[in-house]
Amino acid sequence: MDFKNGAELLELCEKTGSSISKVMIDREQELSEKPLEEIMDRMRKALCIMREAAETPIKEPKKSIGGLIGGEARSIWTRHSEGKSMLGPVVSRAMAYACAVLEVNASMGLIVAAPTAGSSGVVPGVLLSLQDEYGLSEEQLTDSLFNASAIGCLAMRNATVAGAVGGCQAEVGVASAMAASAAVELMGGKPSQCLDAAAITLMDMLGLVCDPIGGLVECPCQQRNASGASLALTAAEMVLSGVKSFIPFDEMLQAMYQVGRKLPSELRETALGGCAATPTGACFGCAMNK
Amino acid sequence: MAFISAFDVIGPNMIGPSSSHTAGACSIALLARKMMPEPIESVSFTLYGSFAKTGRGHGTDRALLGGIMGFETDDRRIPDSYAIADRDGLSYSFSFDTAEEDIYPNTVDIRMKGEKGFSMTVRGESLGGGKVRISRINGAEVDFSGEYSTLIVVQKDKPGVLAHITRCLSDRGINIAFMKLFREAKGETAYSIVESDDRLPEDIALEIRENKYVKDVMLVQA
Repeated sequence: MDFKNGAELLELCEKTGSSISKVMIDREQELSEKPLEEIMDRMRKALCIMREAAETPIKEPKKSIGGLIGGEARSIWTRHSEGKSMLGPVVSRAMAYACAVLEVNASMGLIVAAPTAGSSGVVPGVLLSLQDEYGLSEEQLTDSLFNASAIGCLAMRNATVAGAVGGCQAEVGVASAMAASAAVELMGGKPSQCLDAAAITLMDMLGLVCDPIGGLVECPCQQRNASGASLALTAAEMVLSGVKSFIPFDEMLQAMYQVGRKLPSELRETALGGCAATPTGACFGCAMNK
Repeated sequence: MAFISAFDVIGPNMIGPSSSHTAGACSIALLARKMMPEPIESVSFTLYGSFAKTGRGHGTDRALLGGIMGFETDDRRIPDSYAIADRDGLSYSFSFDTAEEDIYPNTVDIRMKGEKGFSMTVRGESLGGGKVRISRINGAEVDFSGEYSTLIVVQKDKPGVLAHITRCLSDRGINIAFMKLFREAKGETAYSIVESDDRLPEDIALEIRENKYVKDVMLVQA
């Protein structure tokens, strides 16, 4: 029961009366020829690694290898726990967790690429924050990771998730679309709403370039993971309120891919444009690569 | 892998910061280690392209050294691989070639010397998302990913060697996923690369060696 695009995924969901996560779990079982329990255990393990990476830097901040980040997760968490957050607990926690995972990643800690290492904070940020707020079970969260992976799978199949090919919109953009879709399912939305939230997120992030300072996965990656998490929640909130995406998910994915291919190479992970080429960014890059 | 798995999206589980520069580097070195028939005494790495330019900031060097010591991409010892190599008496060196431009951007040459004097040079490329391929063995062009259990046969380019290899495999009921043949020149050294869905029996190497034109057999289990 494979699907080639979002429309086919929705058809499968309708035909079987299943959620996106259920369809994705069945697909994984069928195509990998592995027992259900092994597949679920593997995803549970991924969730455990995600949680550890999202929580550790809040207690023990650590400087990154390049020295550009470290401590941001704790700062955001502190403001949230003092009740000062403007955005409320769900968004501020999602941001703190997303920043935390990037801190772990940038200091050679253990993370789960989702879909890439540079965008690994968004999905755990959104899901763990929703779990905190709504007391969701481990099973629900594990299932929702399959929902997220269905979106990522389509992006890998029909577009790209590589910053070097499609810019940051393909990395953090897709990660955020994955998180938005998973969030909608967790909050009781329908499969079509999941894809709408993913489409709106891609729309919001369209054109975002990949311009890592000094070529490192630190800044602006960490900030964009936090913003991506908040955008995913924004899109999910819109859709759950009844807002629809004017453009279908499959078309948005193609638009993202087309825009990505039109980006000059300076804006695709080469550290030659954007933030990396600002006087401050370039100055850091030169000093580091000497 | 013929299909995109949920775990190609949510995964790999890896030590950061980069799937290509850290996890991929580790996987290449781990493959190189598996190809060595004896424990490695010394290793030297030459990094090219983006590996050479931004490798240190991505821990590429530590990941390579970790892979050579047998660490998987999610091994928490990777950041400490220098100290562990020093403790275990593995000698290592790194050079960074930023001048060579006619090469895939994330490439590394790994020269290994074994305890009993066997030496081998392997070139690997990190393709993104943690995917890798081995593109050269001792200067000869080859191509395999390590995602499947792989049999590498070094042979003289003579008739009948391939038939011998496939017979050994079919006698054991092993299904071949991919098979590729590379040679330096007609009649010279050739490489047969067989990738299989199943785990390869360890003693198949002995059987394949029985052919007089077979020089060496390496097994890399997935």
